[in-house]
Amino acid sequence: MIPTFWYLILAATLFVIGAAGVLLRRNVLIVLMSLELMLNSVTINLLAFGHVLQDLRGQIIAIFVIAITAAEVAVALGILVALLRNKHTLEVDELTILKG
Amino acid sequence: MEREFFLLLSGVATISALLVVLARNPVHSALALVACLVQIAALYVLLGAPFLAVIQIFVYVGAVMVLFLFVIMMLDVRKEAQARYLRNAAFPGLIVLALLAAELFTLLMQSTRLHAALGAGQPITEQPSVEALSLLLFQDFLLPFEVASVILLVALIGAVVLARPDEATAAGKTGKPHSGGRR
Repeated sequence: MIPTFWYLILAATLFVIGAAGVLLRRNVLIVLMSLELMLNSVTINLLAFGHVLQDLRGQIIAIFVIAITAAEVAVALGILVALLRNKHTLEVDELTILKG
Repeated sequence: MEREFFLLLSGVATISALLVVLARNPVHSALALVACLVQIAALYVLLGAPFLAVIQIFVYVGAVMVLFLFVIMMLDVRKEAQARYLRNAAFPGLIVLALLAAELFTLLMQSTRLHAALGAGQPITEQPSVEALSLLLFQDFLLPFEVASVILLVALIGAVVLARPDEATAAGKTGKPHSGGRR
């Protein structure tokens, strides 16, 4: 039986690595991939607690997280394609259209 | 035996997650993320959720990452994709990250008391089956399930509308050359 604490440590490590990708990388694609990493660490937490507390609702919420992530990726990549068609850059600090 | 499996899987997952952030080429990042997601799927099996492991591999590795690779290869990312880190925000970003990581791990270290208050986890006697999961999903969580399907439909339509070539730009290209790329 693996202690739940180990799962929490693993999820925290993955979350911090994903946050590092979001905060430090300039490429929009890698920022999106780091977001995927953070969502996966959250799912690990949900499943670990569901496993310990013998509750299936953790798995249900994990299913919803995965479904919403699929929707998010589709919309984000659509926005990215439209963005690249109009402004030929992938760097986050050059995409300042919303600043006005 | 289970602990050795966990240590192996989590070690490989952490290393490939680091590769996602550190790799120069976005394609290498995407492949490292595929490796990381497969390790996480194996961890789901260890957590007694084989159904979630299958969903993880189908949805993430099969659909999401293929979409990512498709977009990376469709967009012509020669020079701008190789850019590494934010020019001015690297140092403040690192400080924020260190603070967040320290807070997260301190909270986790202190959580043993909370865990003791909740009561230790009882060992699993029988694996919760897919049958129980689907009963719960389609009885208690039917409304969120339907809402999720509507959200997926809206995302599908939104992605199609967003990625469609702009009519004004297309007309400008055939007629007179349009000025700039801004609308």
